[in-house]
Amino acid sequence: MSARLSEFQLVQPARIEDAIAAFVAKPGARYVAGGTDLLVNMRRGIVSADRLIDLSGVAGWGSIDADAEGMTIGAGVTIAALARDPIVISRYPAVAQAATSIAGPGHRNVATVGGNLCLDTRCIYYNQSEWWRKSNDYCLKNRGDTCHVAPQGKRCHAAFSGDLAPVFLALGASAEIAGVDGRRRVPLSDLYVEDGRAHLSLKPGELVASVHLPAVLAACAYEKVRARGAIDYPLAGVAVALMIAGGKIVMLRIALTGTNSRPFLLADVDQFIGKSVDDAMLHGVDRLVQRQVQPMRTTLAAAHYRRLAAAAVARRVVRRLAGA
Amino acid sequence: MHEPSAQYKKRLLRIKVNGRWREDAVADGCMLVDYLRDTAGLTGVKTGCDGGECGACTVLLDGLPVLACVTLAVRCEGRSVETIEGLAAQGRPSRLQQAFHEKLGAQCGYCTPGMVMASEALLRRNPTPTDDEIRAALAGNLCRCTGYVKIIESVKAVAGLAP
Ligand SMILES: Cc1cc2nc3c(=O)[nH]c(=O)nc-3n(C[C@H](O)[C@H](O)[C@H](O)COP(=O)(O)OP(=O)(O)OC[C@H]3O[C@@H](n4cnc5c(N)ncnc54)[C@H](O)[C@@H]3O)c2cc1C
Ligand code: SF4
Ligand code: FES
Ligand code: FES
Repeated sequence: MSARLSEFQLVQPARIEDAIAAFVAKPGARYVAGGTDLLVNMRRGIVSADRLIDLSGVAGWGSIDADAEGMTIGAGVTIAALARDPIVISRYPAVAQAATSIAGPGHRNVATVGGNLCLDTRCIYYNQSEWWRKSNDYCLKNRGDTCHVAPQGKRCHAAFSGDLAPVFLALGASAEIAGVDGRRRVPLSDLYVEDGRAHLSLKPGELVASVHLPAVLAACAYEKVRARGAIDYPLAGVAVALMIAGGKIVMLRIALTGTNSRPFLLADVDQFIGKSVDDAMLHGVDRLVQRQVQPMRTTLAAAHYRRLAAAAVARRVVRRLAGA
Repeated sequence: MHEPSAQYKKRLLRIKVNGRWREDAVADGCMLVDYLRDTAGLTGVKTGCDGGECGACTVLLDGLPVLACVTLAVRCEGRSVETIEGLAAQGRPSRLQQAFHEKLGAQCGYCTPGMVMASEALLRRNPTPTDDEIRAALAGNLCRCTGYVKIIESVKAVAGLAP
């Protein structure tokens, strides 16, 4: 017999408002979408809940709507549906690329966009069984008081490892957030905080309702480095959106995942506007990435490897998009 | 196993398992893998990693492969689940099962139910998959014995044949 979950009550609301009400009515409640992150963590004893609020029955939750302005992707759209949607594939091929690279086919059939954006941060000292963590005196992120990765510090460096966020960031996405006080729309980057213990800026009860992608003319691609060709999370993942006119860069966005506690847009890339994609430019990109990523010893792969890999992938994707 | 407290009552789950509807009292926290093995007695569903990483517990939910160890049983209300036990007809293995046997796609056999169910879902959707399509469909299923070549050959052996 396998490990039992702690006891909880599952509620299955049909409307977002009811989901939020069910959340605020019960301290210790959590949302569950596909459950491919949450239920694994609950089974490991690193997350607990008295009440799970199943978002899968929420009306309109799983729709993709495209028009001339762009595309709105409901948080409940499954990763498999996103990967095979013909409009996603034709307009935002990088989104389909990233979706196809998430976990395995059995996960993708139930895993959702919202869950992917909000999945917990990861660390080799955290994503372990109860006895493993206990024999290590737990850690700062869960029940302990020391971070085994950076024992001097007081923060957790667990890495955000979702594959969709960097692509959405590179595409200039915004997120629609629903809460007790209604709805608000924020740039997607505002959803994230550089803190492995609390990497989402969501207030209690708030949830991501949808993601909006503007219509883009830029070419965009995503690539990730992982231990195996399937199942594995990114050790480093890079999304690039690039637009070139007359041989010169007119728009460039580079976003990263897997290296920090949040996915983030590389700062200071505007210095490349007006330049062409050549060795000097690629060298500059490499330096910026190496300076801004903060990989720590949270994976089996060395932190330094992830830093170099992130920079190398960024260079490679920029070069490929430029056709240089 | 301890008795669920009153606050966490079981509920009645109506679910179609291998083509037959059944009703069982199930706790909200019960995983589909435990329901299928312990309540429905379908021990062909295997627990490998017990944490969503190996694919041994793969079953079909409304025809799509999912991992029973990270699926809440009560979320399968009104839906159809198929396990390895549902493939044989009149005590005879399906052609796909037979191929795993003949082509040595099964060694210790632990990953086999999951491999067969993931392959079954692929073949229903795409009766003539290429090697790459087979690899992609089985990418979430780990095998410690075969080295995968024999598994791919087993699926290949029935590709293009009627079920
Ligand atoms: C073996 C394995 C490999 C994996 N590999 C990858 C990988 O390569 N890349 C990758 O990105 N992920 C990977 N994952 C993680 C996971 O499968 C995906 O990130 C998936 O998209 C999560 O979605 P979900 O719907 O299953 O999330 P859930 O588990 O349902 O939820 C995850 C978290 O988000 C919260 N949440 C869910 N929806 C919302 C919402 N709308 N608003 C606010 N909060 C919400 C939940 O409360 C929970 O805390 C892997 C998981 C496993 C088990
Ligand atoms: S980075 Fe430190 S505090 Fe965070 S999960 Fe890892 S060991 Fe724990
Ligand atoms: S037992 Fe379910 S994936 Fe390993
Ligand atoms: S046959 Fe032994 S694990 Fe696959």
